[in-house]
Amino acid sequence: MASFYGFEPKSRLFLGTAQYPSPAILADAVRASGVEVVTVSLRREAGEGAAGQAFWSLVKELGVRVLPNTAGCHSVKEAVTTAQMAREVFGTNWIKLEVIGEDDTLQPDVVGLIEAARILSADGFEVFPYTTEDIVVGGRLLDAGCEVLMPWGAPIGSGRGLNNPYGLRTMRQHFPGIPLVVDAGIGLPSHAAHAMELGYDGILLNTAVARAGDPALMARAFASAIEAGRQAFEAQPIEARDMAAPSTPVMGKAFLS
Amino acid sequence: MTLLLNGEPRQVAADTLAEALAELGYAGKVVATAVNGDFVASRLRETVRLVDGDRIEVVAPMQGG
Repeated sequence: MASFYGFEPKSRLFLGTAQYPSPAILADAVRASGVEVVTVSLRREAGEGAAGQAFWSLVKELGVRVLPNTAGCHSVKEAVTTAQMAREVFGTNWIKLEVIGEDDTLQPDVVGLIEAARILSADGFEVFPYTTEDIVVGGRLLDAGCEVLMPWGAPIGSGRGLNNPYGLRTMRQHFPGIPLVVDAGIGLPSHAAHAMELGYDGILLNTAVARAGDPALMARAFASAIEAGRQAFEAQPIEARDMAAPSTPVMGKAFLS
Repeated sequence: MTLLLNGEPRQVAADTLAEALAELGYAGKVVATAVNGDFVASRLRETVRLVDGDRIEVVAPMQGG
């Protein structure tokens, strides 16, 4: 089992909590899929507001572990301050660190990401960095104190799947002992299965489940695909080849022409 | 004095951050705070004295991906 800072979930699906039609449907999706880790965030709340308090009660009822994010942060300072606030509110050292560099693709600012990861790791955080498939950046993040890497599959919310399977495969091979999670861009269970077949340790997704017609059913579909992909990786798949190779033995075939 | 609470000007009589939060309706709520961009831990809110124009951010749990 992969270990994420000492936590070994049975489910390799990490689920976002945003964009569901209702809190009840979010709860159904979490329960139906057996998810043990959900991502959460922080937003401004008015003194008379109660939305945040109600959401927090729901998450606590679900009994799952939370992975707070720094979504929307564009600077190191913003991300670090948000992480500090999240640690206090959610009572966890885990932080999904996002430092966004560009708004069209929500691509990580990897320079800021490394700096923020260093500051937070030194301050006792257990950082899950949302990064790219760049292995040099990955190495710098490990140097900064990260023990997990989370490369993107495709831009957040795009549902495109794995834009760069070669890069993700290379990353897997380059960091054989490091827990790797594909985070963002997954649209279909087959995308998730593909990443798992490459040897990834987990999948973090949100939109593909939350915006599906039946989120709970889609969450189950993802859980199944992720399990199947993991089994396939452990079973050591064959290499693809260009030409046919008969699977039925030709020896002893009747001579009929 | 006037504070900028989550970007909106608000008049308060409070001296400290803890008093301001109580005055603004946050008593008993699960929130985290920052003053002028710096995190202020809940245990330190009573010690942080506010001045006119301070920017206060108050955040609570929210859905996220």
